[in-house]
Amino acid sequence: MHLHVDKVSKRFGVGSRAKLVLENLQFSVDTGEFVALVGSSGSGKSTLMRLVAGLDQPSTGVITLGGQPVRSPGSDRGMVFQKYSLYPWLSAAQNVAFGMELQGRPRQEVRERTAYFLEVVGLADAARRLPRELSGGMQQRVAIARALAAEPQVLLLDEPFGALDLQIRESMQEFLHGLWRRTGLTALLITHDLEEALLLAGRVHMLAPRPGRIVRTVEVNLDRSNLRQLRMTPGFLALREELADGLRSLDPGLEALARAA
Amino acid sequence: MGRSWLSHPWVLGLTGVAAVVLLWSALTASGAVNPLFLPSPAAVWQAGQRQAQQGLLLGDITASLGRVAAGFGLSAAVALPLGIAMGTNRVVCRLLEPLLGLIRYMPAPAFIPLLIIYFGLGELPKVLLIFIGTLFFNTLMIMDAVKFVPHELIETALTLGGRQGQVLIRVITPCIAPQVLDAYRINMAAAWNLVIVAELVAATEGLGKRISMAQRFLRTDDIFLGLIVIGLIGLAIDLSFRLLMRRSCAWAN
Repeated sequence: MHLHVDKVSKRFGVGSRAKLVLENLQFSVDTGEFVALVGSSGSGKSTLMRLVAGLDQPSTGVITLGGQPVRSPGSDRGMVFQKYSLYPWLSAAQNVAFGMELQGRPRQEVRERTAYFLEVVGLADAARRLPRELSGGMQQRVAIARALAAEPQVLLLDEPFGALDLQIRESMQEFLHGLWRRTGLTALLITHDLEEALLLAGRVHMLAPRPGRIVRTVEVNLDRSNLRQLRMTPGFLALREELADGLRSLDPGLEALARAA
Repeated sequence: MGRSWLSHPWVLGLTGVAAVVLLWSALTASGAVNPLFLPSPAAVWQAGQRQAQQGLLLGDITASLGRVAAGFGLSAAVALPLGIAMGTNRVVCRLLEPLLGLIRYMPAPAFIPLLIIYFGLGELPKVLLIFIGTLFFNTLMIMDAVKFVPHELIETALTLGGRQGQVLIRVITPCIAPQVLDAYRINMAAAWNLVIVAELVAATEGLGKRISMAQRFLRTDDIFLGLIVIGLIGLAIDLSFRLLMRRSCAWAN
């Protein structure tokens, strides 16, 4: 299955107050690929994700999945939001089952797949717990399990670890990488974190802000057998630094961000 | 430190009530106040026993509760779909919000003369008064609850393949349940006020009717009894709603 974003622009507002948020975006995600888009705030990342999810419509251009234009949200594009997307009145297992129930799958199948995907994200023991009884990292794992259980053709990850502490974020990145290797899922990740993008994605598109546009695309070929070590290797650090410089030069606001980081 | 019993949530509250009752007893026992204006707690208790034996107390309570149940039940049943429609549909909201906002500020008791002209002195105008007096608050509070449902929860359901109807039933309804119960609990107090007001104006039985009769015969003990019974029933209703909320919406606590 092939996600294709073709000359997509997005404009908010009308007339003289119209604001161009995304300009002529063009990229694809092939089956089994992990693609990331990196950009600072103002680069229209989340807007793009909403377009791909079908929650908003592009002003011009077209987004297709398997040749079919995306017109509305659907279960072929599973979405993981940054936070607050678990149903607080449902247990972890009920949250995972939620999408499959909306799809009207047989009860037995829902039960089996729920157990399977909770196992996949390592939360079989937490099945009966409510979201508020789970840590931030566990909540995002439930959200990922819920999205995967609905059998999407592509998983959309919108800053999925942005709200987590640094250490948890790192272990979640390792978890997501392992998940990708095991399940062969197709994923589109949106993040402001260059390191995260380079660690996880085979191809990284860098977005410049105001309006959001792709200014550089990097094919990342790294030995990912040990993500924890990879973060520290000189080659990885050099690549990250080089790209970070490029991003910074596009946006004075990022320079301050980099100094603070 | 021997203070742990103080931390129980009920202890201080009951102490406050007991203090007022004690003060009341002391004041009446001292003879400083004419019993016609301030009957003793014992006199009020006797009034209660007398009314209970005559069957008046139960009849009054049943009559008042029945009116509240009918009027508020109707209001709650109409407000739920109306509030959800206003909260989810911008056209419905823009059409109705100014209207409801306007009517909301018309004091419900001011509708009594109209209701009497239209429907006479029977049960219907009393039930309708409670209905009118609580419908708009219930509706607007439910509308607000719907508007505050996080977008992520709705959009997640859509990206999982949910349709509009499923979003309504499986996301919006459970999400607003705690606020709806709370709105009902708060507005139930208004319903309870209105039934007494309606009965003060015209009724053959009911707690409000009993109070207005007592005024005519200077029976302050009956008035005190009525006030205390009204307060206790209101409190019981409030606590029931809290209990219901704790049982059914444990996730929201």
